[in-house]
Amino acid sequence: MNAETLRRTPLFDAHVAAGGRLVPFAGWEMPVQYEGVAAEHAAVRERCGVFDVSHMGQIGIRGPQAADHLQRVVSNDVAKLAAGGAQYACLCADDGGILDDLFSYLLADRDMDYLTVTNAANHELDLARFRQLADGFDVEVVDCAADFAMLAVQGPEARGIVAALASGELPPRMHTATLEVAGAAALVCGTGYTGEDGVEILVPPDDAAGLWRELLAAGVTPCGLGARDTLRLEVCFHLHGNDIGPDRNPIEAGLGWCCREETGFAGSAAVAAARANGTAERLVALAITGRGIPRPDNPILAGDDRIGTVTSGTFSPSLGIGIGMGYVRSDSSEPGTAIEIDVRGRRREAEIRSKPLYAKST
Amino acid sequence: MATEESYPDDLRYHREHDWARIEGDQATFGVTWFAQDSLGDVVFFDPPEVGATVAKDEPYTEVESVKAVSDVIAPLSGEILAVNDEAGTNPELINTDPYGEGWMVKVRLSDPGEVETLIDAAAYKALIAD
Repeated sequence: MNAETLRRTPLFDAHVAAGGRLVPFAGWEMPVQYEGVAAEHAAVRERCGVFDVSHMGQIGIRGPQAADHLQRVVSNDVAKLAAGGAQYACLCADDGGILDDLFSYLLADRDMDYLTVTNAANHELDLARFRQLADGFDVEVVDCAADFAMLAVQGPEARGIVAALASGELPPRMHTATLEVAGAAALVCGTGYTGEDGVEILVPPDDAAGLWRELLAAGVTPCGLGARDTLRLEVCFHLHGNDIGPDRNPIEAGLGWCCREETGFAGSAAVAAARANGTAERLVALAITGRGIPRPDNPILAGDDRIGTVTSGTFSPSLGIGIGMGYVRSDSSEPGTAIEIDVRGRRREAEIRSKPLYAKST
Repeated sequence: MATEESYPDDLRYHREHDWARIEGDQATFGVTWFAQDSLGDVVFFDPPEVGATVAKDEPYTEVESVKAVSDVIAPLSGEILAVNDEAGTNPELINTDPYGEGWMVKVRLSDPGEVETLIDAAAYKALIAD
């Protein structure tokens, strides 16, 4: 893909000005780092960082049967969502495969009833799935991706900094609020992808640069995709396309907790069968106990048996060791199990760990 | 993290972003400022074995940043006499001092005539400016 076909967020110029190193990602030209991954990672763990996640998409649902429709589309129990609430779920294929993982918001005071945030690479397919499953429901499924820029402000100081720019009280975790932030009409969500407290802020694209500027002026560190990946992997959040995908169901991925088969969501029969029968493999967290860094596609070994494959791997800046996630045979998936990882021909001693790999010491 | 961009005049350069400091029939190898800057924070370097042979233009070791693994290309051919274990323990030396404490291996050259194929600092700077 050449540069001309890559899309740019409203913050492209701001990234260049901040020294961002831009790379192709899911069809977008996105900053992978500014100052450096280690410094950005530490900023989020210790203070506050901001990520441009405007490449992510949004799908709106409105109409009298919006709740019934979303209940059919996503794996969680949408009826449990109160006005202003946020909920994580899988979007499944009929065979239970994970087409995407999504946050949905039940909006209290907007022209949409629900807004669902999609992964950039999956947005068009998700939209098609939402529309396919709208058959028979009195709803309108609206592509809202062009309506929003999205900034994730994350870290122990994030709430304090955003609150100082906001017109009212920030929503608690897993809730949303419509507020003015730095003068922009914002949907503020108490969600994130770093394991830290913080908010995600959706604003009209034209207001993104102003909000970005205010955040940086308040001392927030601009952070790229590199730090986003190390932060999320330390706390074992799934990355669609690596750890989950159409060839994996939520049960083997450890996402059974966000599936409520009794709601009858599309794919629920397959998910129910996987839950009842068990799965051949399970997604586990792992850590190298000596030297080395696991990388995606590295074989996972127990003695001379190949028991699985790494799906995400990196160096953990917080722990100072190589960490990852991967699928292993269910009979070898207990935390504490000694394994080896074949890192480009060299066997590295490792062990299966419980999730998350990193937990904040309080 | 890193130092100011520089390409010392006393080194010879390989277009795959490696340098060689030639001392008679021996040479020290490492990666350039440009290479470490492109990598970002170096978090892993496993020195190769002393006694192993390296072949000009072929990978002889790897460095890893948080995001990626990169081959390091031998600028010249020879046998490894010494490796920088300190950079194995503290890989950030490759960022902070790429031409000094971030060196990778010392090699006895098997074909000192290969030195003529390397480029000088001015030519290397022109190469990376393109």
